[in-house]
Amino acid sequence: MKVLALIAVLLTTAMLGYATLDMPGWGDPSSPASTHVSPVYIQEAYKKTATPNIVTAVLADYRSYDTLGETVVIFTAGVVCMMLLRKVK
Amino acid sequence: MHDAAKESKMIRDFENIIIKTVCRAIIPFIQLYGLYVIAHGHYSPGGGFQGGCILAASFILMVLAYDIKEMKKRMSEKINTILCSTGVIIYTGIGLLCVILGANFLDYGILEIILPADAEHSRSLGILGVEIGVGFTVMAVMVSIFLNIASAGEHEDGEQG
Amino acid sequence: MIWQLDFILLVIVVICAIAAISVKDLLSSAILLGAYSFLLCLLWTEMGAVDVAFTEATVGAGISTAFFIGAIYHTSRRTKD
Repeated sequence: MKVLALIAVLLTTAMLGYATLDMPGWGDPSSPASTHVSPVYIQEAYKKTATPNIVTAVLADYRSYDTLGETVVIFTAGVVCMMLLRKVK
Repeated sequence: MHDAAKESKMIRDFENIIIKTVCRAIIPFIQLYGLYVIAHGHYSPGGGFQGGCILAASFILMVLAYDIKEMKKRMSEKINTILCSTGVIIYTGIGLLCVILGANFLDYGILEIILPADAEHSRSLGILGVEIGVGFTVMAVMVSIFLNIASAGEHEDGEQG
Repeated sequence: MIWQLDFILLVIVVICAIAAISVKDLLSSAILLGAYSFLLCLLWTEMGAVDVAFTEATVGAGISTAFFIGAIYHTSRRTKD
């Protein structure tokens, strides 16, 4: 059983390693990620939100629904943990 | 044999005192750093999630150094559970305030009607309010999950060290 | 980006990951996972993703290690396999 698991892990590693060959280089200015919306964020984020940290501006303003969902997920995890584990006397 | 046992108990008590004193001195600074990370998320790496985790870590350190009873004197389970939902309420409340004032959900620019700032700075203040909400929720949820896991759900007794 | 530093960090990350799944003591395994998270945090800082690195340092190396230690209190400390 352990040998099977090892073979599965090695196969997955080989597939993932092969898939990374298609990715653009680190910090490549002509990659799709840096040519589509990133320039707009870099140019407009400070003017529109007065927030120097672009990551915070994107996280809490442009992608605010995502952060709301993340917060609700954490809240649900806490409530479910309380419901499953807490013993009320 | 008897002397060795006595000596090991003495060393344990001595180390216990060192751990408790150092933790009591260090916990306020950890909490201050957590508040700094939340409030300074606009200018440096950080934000609600990281600051909330640091605040929760200070309470977890208190549980590890003292016990659950001592930590519950500072923050009872009731307050903790209320804080859990307060964060989500702050977040959705800011979003709903934008809707009430006539913009889209979570479009903070409209808050300039009620805030003494222009649209850009009211966006900045909206981000700050949202981060504070995330910080509340993350802190309370992390503390509650740790208490429930570490004491298997029965932390009235508070004997877990 | 300095590739020598990246290479050294990645080698230690792989060593930590293999040690974390092969060690018999669960407490050492949790601590090794914390070391793994912290090395990944260094790697991300070095690549310029400071926010991700900060999140990894607080959640991966701080909170989740404390959760693992809290859970290990309620199970046996040594693995069966």
